[in-house]
Amino acid sequence: MSGIPHDHYEPKSGFEKWLDERLPIVGLAYGTLMIPTPKNLNWWWIWGIVLAFCLVMQIVTGIILVMHYTPHVDLAFASVEHIMRNVNGGHMIRYIHMNGASLFFLAVYIHIFRGLFYGSYKAPREITWIVGMIIYLLMMATGFMGYVLPWGQMSFWGATVITGLFGAIPFIGEPLQTFLLGGPAVDNATLNRFFSLHYLLPFVIAALVAVHIWAFHTTGNNNPTGVEVRRGSKEEAKKDTLPFWPYFVIKDLFALGLILIGFFAIVGFMPNYLGHPDNYIEANALATPAHIVPEWYFLPFYAILRAFTADVWVVQLVSFVTGGIIDAKFFGVLAMFGAIIVMALAPWLDTSSVRSGQYRPAFKWWYRLLLIDFVVLMWVGARDTNFPHDWISLIGSTYWFAYFLVILPLLGLFEKPSTPPATIEEDFNAHYPGAAE
Amino acid sequence: MIKQLTASAIVALGLATGAAQAAGAGGEVHDVAFSFEGPFGKYDKEQLRRGLKVYTEVCSACHGLRYVPLRTLSDKGGPEYTEDEVRAYAAENFTIYDPELDDDRARVPADFFPTVSGEGMGPDLSLMAKARAGFHGPAGTGINQLVKGMGGAEYIAAFLTSFNGKEQEVAGQYLNGNDVFPGGWTSMPPQLEDGSVEYDDGHNNSAHHLAEDVSAFLMWTAEPKMMARKQAGFISVLMLVLLTSLLYLTNKKLWAPHKGKKFDA
Amino acid sequence: MSHADDHEGTRRDFLYYATGGAAAVTAGAAVWPLVNQMNPSADVRALSSIRVDIADVAVGSQITVKWLGKPVFIRRRTQEEIDVARADNTADNLIDAFARNDNRDAALSADDQNRAMDEAGEWLVMMGVCTHLGCVPLGDGAGEFGGWYCPCHGSHYDTSGRIRKGPAPENLPVPVAVFVDETTIKLG
Repeated sequence: MSGIPHDHYEPKSGFEKWLDERLPIVGLAYGTLMIPTPKNLNWWWIWGIVLAFCLVMQIVTGIILVMHYTPHVDLAFASVEHIMRNVNGGHMIRYIHMNGASLFFLAVYIHIFRGLFYGSYKAPREITWIVGMIIYLLMMATGFMGYVLPWGQMSFWGATVITGLFGAIPFIGEPLQTFLLGGPAVDNATLNRFFSLHYLLPFVIAALVAVHIWAFHTTGNNNPTGVEVRRGSKEEAKKDTLPFWPYFVIKDLFALGLILIGFFAIVGFMPNYLGHPDNYIEANALATPAHIVPEWYFLPFYAILRAFTADVWVVQLVSFVTGGIIDAKFFGVLAMFGAIIVMALAPWLDTSSVRSGQYRPAFKWWYRLLLIDFVVLMWVGARDTNFPHDWISLIGSTYWFAYFLVILPLLGLFEKPSTPPATIEEDFNAHYPGAAE
Repeated sequence: MIKQLTASAIVALGLATGAAQAAGAGGEVHDVAFSFEGPFGKYDKEQLRRGLKVYTEVCSACHGLRYVPLRTLSDKGGPEYTEDEVRAYAAENFTIYDPELDDDRARVPADFFPTVSGEGMGPDLSLMAKARAGFHGPAGTGINQLVKGMGGAEYIAAFLTSFNGKEQEVAGQYLNGNDVFPGGWTSMPPQLEDGSVEYDDGHNNSAHHLAEDVSAFLMWTAEPKMMARKQAGFISVLMLVLLTSLLYLTNKKLWAPHKGKKFDA
Repeated sequence: MSHADDHEGTRRDFLYYATGGAAAVTAGAAVWPLVNQMNPSADVRALSSIRVDIADVAVGSQITVKWLGKPVFIRRRTQEEIDVARADNTADNLIDAFARNDNRDAALSADDQNRAMDEAGEWLVMMGVCTHLGCVPLGDGAGEFGGWYCPCHGSHYDTSGRIRKGPAPENLPVPVAVFVDETTIKLG
């Protein structure tokens, strides 16, 4: 593995040498754990570990739930109740899995917005960023299909509405939707395949996480200054970095501990706060809940989906130009996926010569507005679509696209950034005056 | 015929969606200080027993509890009847079809409470207290639920005591006015009156006590492991506080020489 | 790590050991529920004891009930069966010398009195699982000794359920069983 120059594993005893010549696994683990890490990383850099922990936690609790769950429309709801009432500690395991999804998405959003502020997506870390975006998409697919499994009212109608998105695609939409569902409507075939894929995708995510880590171990971590670690020699690199173990592992575990205190307080004392009461009613194909709301982590994109209705002039224009092929329904679907695609394209849309937002005075304000925009979209995604919610979601969605497609490219051309410190060591010593001695 | 079907579909929809939206008919769900609320709250055994009596004598005529095993009536943290009492209760009150005997037999503790369905019957109540939210908002923020709790039991108690006496007939279906039911009309007639169930322990049996007791019982049927859950949560938090404090010190100690700080611990 | 400044060695070590210990305990506490969930769940455990109504069992007939996933024979024996069983207490072809009765001392001899539920010997309750390879023996006077006969490999049991001929090594075991009242037997 190339990257920042650092000490490598040297097999000492006879057995270590024997093993290393056949399977250099100890060296791989050493290289991974001992990676030189910029010593000025702040607390926004802890969420990677939280995410890794979430993935393991969800896979472990998920495998356990599968031992007691039955993916059949007649039995799924009852088998979840079996887990909640009869299985030893089953209620805790299920609540941890259920709320674990929320922790997972909370962490991924903070992780993404961290990257957006400090320019972690910029060259040479584009691959890390793109792989991360693919992981995020797979997380959404996994979360969505997992929510269908308890076979409650929200499971059923959420599945109906979201697979309906694919039905909006011109020409191939309806056959595609039927193909995805395995029939004309959400039914046993749908439940079975969602169960299978919900089990599969986390392992695909795990593999992509390995690629994600591999990629940034090659480029080195970004850091709050956006200044690269000096790579001239091992000695130079050591002035900018400390090894991941134990310095950052312990720091990250401390932060993880704090977060888990909050997590277990929610699981123990208010496990249903983030859920929806309707999902404790068994799925009924003949009665739709009055108010279908996705889980909170889908709300910003759900708001974007609903924002572009037929009376928005952009939609009318596009519909006219394409001869009606792209109607309002399909436009909304395109907007929702487009909102994630523009995020993935950030490495090429951001033209600034400076990486970290810390040194970009104008960028800071637009970025803060994007954060507020995200929260507002999340809020409005759970509201009805009457005035003023329709306007709020339209303005919010427009800003989302404007940020990536207009503001990021233009800012780089017009903004006068301040000068970042020359080295990471300089930044670190500025924070800790005692360290220079 | 079609009109009738439509009417029952509307009613079914109302029943199924329940309190997904804020109470529509002007009534308000009041916060009740149930014993099981708060981080250390426990079910009140006597209240659960009274609630079971209300369920058995009133609700069970039209509502099942299909996910609740009868044996759990003797579980710790629940009504805590003895096994013999549960066996007698099950045998006295409920029968079940036994395919081997090709006949009905008395239910035993290993059986569930009955499943009730069919014309004029109401929805299953096993999970009703978790399938309704008494509190909402304000403005979609969920702060009320954070402060007062989800309010499922409160909603049930309010629903049972908020019949306003109005009646109407829609396409052959009799509907009763209820101030907290979404839409304001329900096909369920009012059930609880002062003294309509006689309590064994001589507890006050005015209508709102009956409603609160049966609501507490239904919270137990919906979340029988609540006590175990809170205990597990509390222990988890305690252990994590200890571990996190130690990690804090270790982290400080580890970094001190690099940050040019002194650390004594 | 060579950053160590060992002049305050022991105190530093204590903090690290305490942290490592706390982490190990927390991890252990988290793992136990993940293992314990595989143990039998409450609904399964609830069936570890069942009650059998024997009011309708006539003399000279038997019922088979399922308990813990296995068949249990409950036979109401005729006086003749009891007499034959007790006369055979001293037979020289008893293969297994022990009563195999979970309600009594394990050292008791294979006398019929030690296997029947009541003193008169009217009720005989046994697991319906051949002690050879686990088949379900045929009942109602089957086999050379008028008791049970396992068709799989030809084991003959007498009217007390004792193995008399064939490959099976032990008498049919008697499970934990008591009369709750005159017409109900509780298994387990």
